[in-house]
This record gives sequence, structure tokens and C-alpha cells, in this order.
Amino acid sequence: MIADLEIGNLALRRGGRLLFQGLELRLKAGEAAALTGRNGAGKTSLLRAIAGLVGLEAGTIGFGDLDPVLARSDHIHLVGHQDGQKPARTVREELDFWTLWTGGTSASAEMAARAFELTPLLDLEVRRLSAGQRRRLALARLLAAPRGLWLLDEPLSPLDADWRARFGAMMAQHLAGGGMIVAAVHDPLPIPAKALEISA
Amino acid sequence: MIPAPAFLSNPERFMAFSRWAAPMFGALAAGLGLAGLWLGFAAPEDYQQGDTVRIMFIHVPAAYMSMFVYACLAGASFLSLIFRHALADAAARAAAPLGAAFTFLALVTGSLWGRPMWGTWWEWDARMTSVLILFLLYVSYMALRASLDDETKAARAAAILALVGIVNLPVVKFSVDWWNSLHQGASVFRADGPAMPPIFLWPLGLMALAYTAAFGSLWLVGIRAEVWRRRAEAAALRAARS
Amino acid sequence: MSRALALLRRETALAWGRGGGPLVSVGFYAGVATLLPLAIGPEPARLVAVAPGAAWVALALAALLSLDRLFERDYEDGALDLLVMSPTPLEITCAIKCLGQWIATAAPLALAAPIAAIALGAEPRLAPLIFACALVGGLAFSFVGGIGAALSLGARRGGLLTAVIVLPLFVPPVIFGGGALDAMAGGLPWASGFLLLSAYAAGAMALGPIAMAAACRNALS
Repeated sequence: MIADLEIGNLALRRGGRLLFQGLELRLKAGEAAALTGRNGAGKTSLLRAIAGLVGLEAGTIGFGDLDPVLARSDHIHLVGHQDGQKPARTVREELDFWTLWTGGTSASAEMAARAFELTPLLDLEVRRLSAGQRRRLALARLLAAPRGLWLLDEPLSPLDADWRARFGAMMAQHLAGGGMIVAAVHDPLPIPAKALEISA
Repeated sequence: MIPAPAFLSNPERFMAFSRWAAPMFGALAAGLGLAGLWLGFAAPEDYQQGDTVRIMFIHVPAAYMSMFVYACLAGASFLSLIFRHALADAAARAAAPLGAAFTFLALVTGSLWGRPMWGTWWEWDARMTSVLILFLLYVSYMALRASLDDETKAARAAAILALVGIVNLPVVKFSVDWWNSLHQGASVFRADGPAMPPIFLWPLGLMALAYTAAFGSLWLVGIRAEVWRRRAEAAALRAARS
Repeated sequence: MSRALALLRRETALAWGRGGGPLVSVGFYAGVATLLPLAIGPEPARLVAVAPGAAWVALALAALLSLDRLFERDYEDGALDLLVMSPTPLEITCAIKCLGQWIATAAPLALAAPIAAIALGAEPRLAPLIFACALVGGLAFSFVGGIGAALSLGARRGGLLTAVIVLPLFVPPVIFGGGALDAMAGGLPWASGFLLLSAYAAGAMALGPIAMAAACRNALS
């Protein structure tokens, strides 16, 4: 189980430009952080750095006693702008594959589909979904395969008010169960979260 | 030339070293090249090939350099990939066009030599074909570097390609030799025939050394230019921000 | 294991549908095989001499054509990020992607290759060897071509760049397969060419994924 996130003195660089430096963040089990900042400040890059996808210019990212390689392979979910769903595949195919890939079972996929009300859409192709439905399909992975740390990039933006509230409840439940969330947001998160403004 | 990556990995030390080493190698190349050419023209005509044998003094060292430079390119790529050293990457980047130029020279002189020897401009002989494929490898290395916008990514991708290339080269060489042995009829000329008389060996050796020294000099100049270009870019970026 | 199988199913399905999948590859292959006699003249004597070799080169080109999007789409839509974040090592993931590509395009091409070669005038007794070479060579083309596809991720004009990178690396398999076919057509022992082709494919399967994974990590960073 992943129970700590420790970011110390972090600096990131993208395409020759220093995004930020000296960034500090500590999260314990059950806590969330909301990243704010203008476009291009490096919110997405920070999420990708925590996921181990981009290299660090300086500083450290640690997960308590957990080996970072193991943390990133087994304990972290990343839901970005680009959700990796293929337009020509059906909702069921995509949900089942990503559930299995991230360590869930077909039963947990079914449960997640119900929670996000995707069950009637399961046989549709992904390209027929609306933006909100498509986001729900991407978010369904979070419930389909239990992983402790959720990295969410603008998770709420395509959702309507009703679904924002319902996903807020799911996030609160994840935190109550000892999970952690780091989310890049423009609007405030519907859950208590440490605010972290990213700027150069 | 013994590469001394540990000593030269410090950019300041490298710049101080290359500042006088580059012109020195250049002078060495000129001296050796003049001596080699002198001996080459003083050598008697070959009883079979006549005067055209002298193309050999330009062609054979170029063919040897084409492989030597690729080895340097792969070595520098390996260092830049493992140690993420900027200077090693600058060295790899600077070596590629030089290697391509030597390979091109080998192909052109080979073709000029082939015309009187074989009666054709191009013969699908195993050596020529290998060199041609080596040239394509240089081209693909430079094409990859040129088409990636992010310089760090381009450097790493190109380094991976250089290592893939060096692993493939022996296989390519083997496969082309094997292919050549299948089509024996096409092969006309074998340079590994009788031992070469010393009167040809001397100018050939001198020219090979001259080419190596010239490469050393141009390589150092190329790396220096690359270091300056990066410093200028970094300075421009700083100026833009402040 | 079930994870690897699920990925193989997904990749095969995606490769099957990717830009028309096998239909486009086979169509391209048939097109090249049709252009050939139009370019060099229909005299049987001339065609017979080049038929096996031409069929073989066209196969390499068709394999190349289908490689282009092997990583590109997953890279653009974010799926590659998620594929990396898994207990399955990225090297294995890359190998499975190439395998899926091979199942979806090389197998249909291997069925088409003997037909095209015979239509060009190759002797029918060559058909089994052409089929076998196309299957084994297809593995080599997929795994070597995957390196080019992964290296050109994020590049301008990625498709053409993949071809420029990959074609020099296709030299050994083209030579070995062509040599085997040529030897059999001439009534000579052909096994050595086929075995060399198999050895090259095995080497590509062992080493290719390492380069592909390194290239993918670099492209994502």
C-alpha cells in the first residue's frame, strides 16, 4: 500500500525552459493536493514526473518506504487530458483491457461501470460517446483497479454539475479509505485538499 | 589517438585542450598528406592498372575512415547515453557529417576507380555495397537528429540509433559478403589478392594517418562549434527571460 | 500472463483495424506486384528471373508501410503513458505490440506472397518456401521496424523518417530471404539462407525490444 508522497526541492524543465524550482509537497494517506497555476506553469508535467514519465531537473520524489519503480507500476493511477481510449473500440473492450492492465478483474470492471453508469453504453464504440461520458469511462479505471495514489489532470472539466458532485463523493471515499489524490484543477476540488500554486 | 573521455569530460578542460590540439592535428594532417601524395605520385605505375592505381591512395583511407568514424560516433553515443554527458553528445553530433563525408568520398573515388578497372561506374561488389549501406546509416542518423525538435530527446534517440547501427554493421557486412558469394559472377576485383609491395604501402599508410589526423582536427573543431552554439543558445534563453 | 494476453489481443485487434489493417498491406503488396511487369515488360523470361526477388522486396516494403503507426497513435492519445505504468516491463510490452502487428499484417501478407510470386512467373514449387520466408521474415521486419517506429515518435514527418531509419536495417533479412528463394529457384541448397533469416529474426526479437523500450521512454520524457 502506498501511504506517503514526498516531493523535495523539485525542479522540472521542459524543452529548455525551467518550469519551476524548489517545489515541496508532502502527502500522507487520506490527504489530497490541488495544483493550481496558469496554463503552461507545469501542472501536467508535475503529475507526469510523479508518475515517473519525465526526468527531474533537480530534487526528489519519494513514496515513503515503497520502491519508486514498484509504486509506479502497481500503486499509481494517472488520468490525463488524453485518456488513451481508442475511438474504434467499444466501451467494454477498453474498460476491460485497462482494468486488467492496471491490476483489476472483470468483476471490478463491472462494478466500476455501474458506479459510473456506463453499463448501458458498454457496447457502443468510444467515438460515439460525449466528452462527459468519455471522461467517465477514463475515470472508471480508478474504481476498477484499486491503486492508492490518483494523479488526475483536470478531472472535472468535461463533467456536468451532477457528475462533479458524484465524482467528488468518490474521491472523498477514496481518501477515507486511506488513498491519496493529486489533482491539477482550475475550479476548486469538492473535497478538502492542500492547495499548491505552481509558478516559476 | 587514444580517447580520454575522463580527462576531457570537463568542458573547460576540453576547450583548453582542443584550442591548440585542433590546429596541431590539422598541421599534422597537411604534412602527412603532402608526404603521402608525394610518395604516391612517385610510385611506379601498376603493371595492370597503370596510373589509375593512384586513386587507391585517396580511396582506401576514405573507406577505412568511414568505418573508423562510425565507431567513434557509436562510442560517443554510448557515453552520452550512459553518462548523459553533453560533451559526448556534442562529439557524436559533430562526428556524423564528417563520417558521411568520408563515406561519400569513398563511394565517389571507388566509382571513379571502377570505371577504368571494371568498365562500369558502379559494381555491386561486397565492399562497395557495405560502404553504401554505411552511408545510408549515416544519413538516417542525421535525418533522425534533424527531425526531432526537442534537442535532449533528439540526442538520446540518435544515440540509440547509433548503437542499433553498430550492432547491425557486422551483420550487414556478413550478409553482403554472403550475398556476394552467391553471385560470384558479378565479383570482378578482389583487393585481398597478392600482398601489396612496400612502394604502394608507404604512401597508403601515410595517407591513412593523414586522414585520421584531419578527422581528429575537424572533429575537435566541430565539437567546439557545437559547445559554442549551445552556450549561445543558453545565453539567448537567459536574456529572453530577464 | 493474462495481462500479456490481453495486450496481445488488443494490439492484434488494433493492428487489424489500424488504417485498414491487412487489407491495405495486401492491397499495397498487390499494387507493387502489378506495377512490376508494367515497368520491366511482360516477357516471361525476364519476369521469371526476377519474380521471387521482386515478391520478396515488395513484401519488405508492405511490412514497412504498416509499421508507421505502431507506437504513434498510443503516443499521441496517451495510451503509451498508461502502458508504461504497469508491472509488465516496457520491453515485453513493446515485444507484444510487434507480435500483434505481425499476426495482423505479416500472416495475411504471407498468404498473398506466394500468389503474387507465381503470378509474376515464379515456379509453383517455390510457394511453400516463399510462405515460410514471409512468415519468418515478417517477424524480423516487425521487430526491426518497431525500432524505427519508436525512434521517430514525435518527429516531423514520422512515417518517412521510419522508412529512412529502417531500410538500411532491412538489408540482412532481405538478403537472406532473397538468397534462399534464389537458391531454391536455381536448384541449389537453400537451407542456409532460410536458417540465417531465422537467426536474424531471433536476434531481432531478443534485442529489438530493448531499443524500442529505450526509445519509447525517451519520447515520453
